[in-house]
Amino acid sequence: MAFVTASLKQANWIRRWAVAACAVLAIWATGCGHKEERADLVIMNGAEPESLDPTIVTGQPDGRVAGALFEGLTRFNPKNAKPIPGLAERWDISEDGQTYTFHLRPNIVWSTGEPITADDVVYSWRRALDPLTASDYAGQLYYIKNGENFNTGKTNAATGNRYVKEDVGVEAIDPRTVKVLLEGPTPFFLDLCAFRTLAIVPRQAIEKHGDRWLMERPMPTSGPYTLEFWRIHDRIRVRKNPRYWDAANIQNELIDLLPAESANTALNLYLSGEADVIWDKNLVPSELMDVLKGRPYVHTYDYLGTYFVRFNITRKPFDDVRVRKALSLVLDKKRIVERITRSGEKIATCLTPPGMEGYTSPEGLGYDPEQARKLLAEAGYPGGKGFPTFNYLFNTSEMHKQVAVELQEMWKKELGINMELRQTEWKVYLSSQSQLDYDTTRSSWIGDYVDPNTFLDMFMSGNGNNRTGWKNPKYDDLIRQANQERDPVKRAKILYDAEVLLVREDPPIAPLFFYIGVNIFDPAKVEGVHQNLLDEHPLWPLKRKDGRTAAKAAAAK
Amino acid sequence: MYFLRRIAFLVPLLLIISFLAFMLVRVAPGGPFDKERAPASPEIEANIKKKYHLDKPLLTQYGIYLKNLLQGDFGPSLKYRNHSVNDIIAQGLPVSLTLGVLAFLLAQGFGIPLGFLTAVKKGGILDYGGSFIALLAICIPGFVIGPLLVLVFSIKLGWFPVGMWETPMHAVLPTLALGLYFGGKVARLMREGMLGTLNSEFITTARAKGLSETQVLVKHAFRIAVLPVVSYSGPLLADLLVGSFVVENIFRVPGIGVFLVNSSLNRDYTMVVGLVLLYAVLLLVLNLLVDLAYSMLDRRVKME
Repeated sequence: MAFVTASLKQANWIRRWAVAACAVLAIWATGCGHKEERADLVIMNGAEPESLDPTIVTGQPDGRVAGALFEGLTRFNPKNAKPIPGLAERWDISEDGQTYTFHLRPNIVWSTGEPITADDVVYSWRRALDPLTASDYAGQLYYIKNGENFNTGKTNAATGNRYVKEDVGVEAIDPRTVKVLLEGPTPFFLDLCAFRTLAIVPRQAIEKHGDRWLMERPMPTSGPYTLEFWRIHDRIRVRKNPRYWDAANIQNELIDLLPAESANTALNLYLSGEADVIWDKNLVPSELMDVLKGRPYVHTYDYLGTYFVRFNITRKPFDDVRVRKALSLVLDKKRIVERITRSGEKIATCLTPPGMEGYTSPEGLGYDPEQARKLLAEAGYPGGKGFPTFNYLFNTSEMHKQVAVELQEMWKKELGINMELRQTEWKVYLSSQSQLDYDTTRSSWIGDYVDPNTFLDMFMSGNGNNRTGWKNPKYDDLIRQANQERDPVKRAKILYDAEVLLVREDPPIAPLFFYIGVNIFDPAKVEGVHQNLLDEHPLWPLKRKDGRTAAKAAAAK
Repeated sequence: MYFLRRIAFLVPLLLIISFLAFMLVRVAPGGPFDKERAPASPEIEANIKKKYHLDKPLLTQYGIYLKNLLQGDFGPSLKYRNHSVNDIIAQGLPVSLTLGVLAFLLAQGFGIPLGFLTAVKKGGILDYGGSFIALLAICIPGFVIGPLLVLVFSIKLGWFPVGMWETPMHAVLPTLALGLYFGGKVARLMREGMLGTLNSEFITTARAKGLSETQVLVKHAFRIAVLPVVSYSGPLLADLLVGSFVVENIFRVPGIGVFLVNSSLNRDYTMVVGLVLLYAVLLLVLNLLVDLAYSMLDRRVKME
């Protein structure tokens, strides 16, 4: 009898374990998502986009996807980042450079079939400027007549009324023609038209669904791709828009854009063949650059990005230009690019990176410790005596920290002054910087279009990105003059003079180096990932050279 | 009765938690709309704040939040402006839940037998070996074991994918990276519980009654010795279910663990409060279940 109960008990146990094991297997099998069809191209795109609304986006990874969905009147030539015709096939510019007349392509339609008209352009630009849209990048449209007035809610002195969207200098002459009035001749206006903030967005969907318009279906797009799905932190899948005006030349049917936080993971995915392209610099592990540099799939290139130090002009002793110059003159930038960044960065003495056609930056302050000590003594701190301990604000990152430590050492060794590291998380860093709650701080800037103005207007007195408290009326005047000047040679000279003030005569900043862009892809497999000054990577030129497409793979199955 | 009272108590507790989270995240310097690029004018920033009611007094803001919350709406994410917090949780939570349950089962399935064995064979080679393994599991953090697993099993051996979340094979390495550490902890708790119990008088009594060693260990000692593991399991499961920042990052798992950390770094106020509430509910409910399990395992514990 005892034997029987024991074996019954045993059977019970076995049954229980079997049930438990089945449950585990079931969770394992059902909870793990499902395998998506492999896209033609899988691209590691950078951080998770905050939005895909081109009017709203500020980040580069966001913009790359938004740019694939929505096109502007012009688009960037992927080889040199200069504007080429987009939704507009041609344009006329008035003699004074202040009136642009755009002629839309005759055959353009939304991905849902309705025609894209001049009214859509007017709507999109007014929306970008509308205070209720709250676009961070609305400033890109301030060059349009009354753009700033409408965006900032100014009152028209002549009528006593607030500026309204109808006052903005953009109008539809007929369904195919858009006339734009500018505040002044803006030599880079066609560049701005290719910038995502000015892309053409679907009124019908936005008015119907509000902030959720990107998540609703159908979602009309004006660009080469439509949004298949967007799963946050997982993937964005885009599908070719068969109604795009240049659809015949769009080769890929499906493209996946994957967000990733970890550079090592991105590289692992590339090396294991799960991803075909990595095109965000933040997804390339910088500590491996030494090893990676020589490999055939790693492509480095110059782009418009500068790493520099800001001085807080509103605090002593940095209100004294001699002090700022002294601190700048002892920076051994070569050491920083060779020992820390190591991707082949070029050292910087000016703010505007090289490579812009028709503009050469002035030579700023170089490396001259002797001169630096003299200046510091003149300012009343011989040998660093009496110089207060000051802080250097930077956001948490291994690279920024290493740079900070180098700077600390250089300032201590050459000038005998003490700097304290102040490392904070990103948001604290940003708010401290904009509230001028720092002595010196790590900074960087990436250009939005290929023109020196994208770097230089930042240091005008009222600019929200100035963040140094530096106000130089002469500088403000020069920048304003330059943007009124139609002759490119004269204009370049004026901008040059302005930059001389910024990096040589009255510097509020100390440039350290120019960024290097890094793309990872196998040129034998993928074509059309061009390296340009804006680090722009549109999806439309991409081609797979091995001819593998999702359609073919499916057919093969 | 006791459980009904506990459940009724959850409501005010969650209210207090939501209030604290709501206020505390706003005390931190910087805000959701501080960006590397300043908006073109201060008016733009004011407009954004107005849109999300951030221009109103804090208590009014909280009132608006509560009103929406009662309708099951956690509000829009301030960082990911086209998504609502509900969307993000709905997308990420099932993934984190799956990974969490798998890691939990691994931790228990690995920890309990290991702890049991090392205690029973105390002082023997099995004890030393087993305890060493448990200690190793505890000492190696996820950000070390994760990349190591990828290096060996994905890159060198090619058995498992390096990341992503698609097939059951994709779940193996993240489960190991997440579960092993807790398995080690469970093993140690189990071992200590077992050692303590084996010294108790009722075990001596059981042996004196002439029960077989297996019966003594499994039927009598185990029930009591497993109690520390049970009480640890509630918070452990809550922790595992809301995902892991490190493991989700390393394996690119689209769960909500990443948001747990990033939302507060981004000052994504609505997201922070939503996730805190989610975690609080999980923790409170699981603790309730733990207490229930206690009363079933140990008759000395009465639910009064």
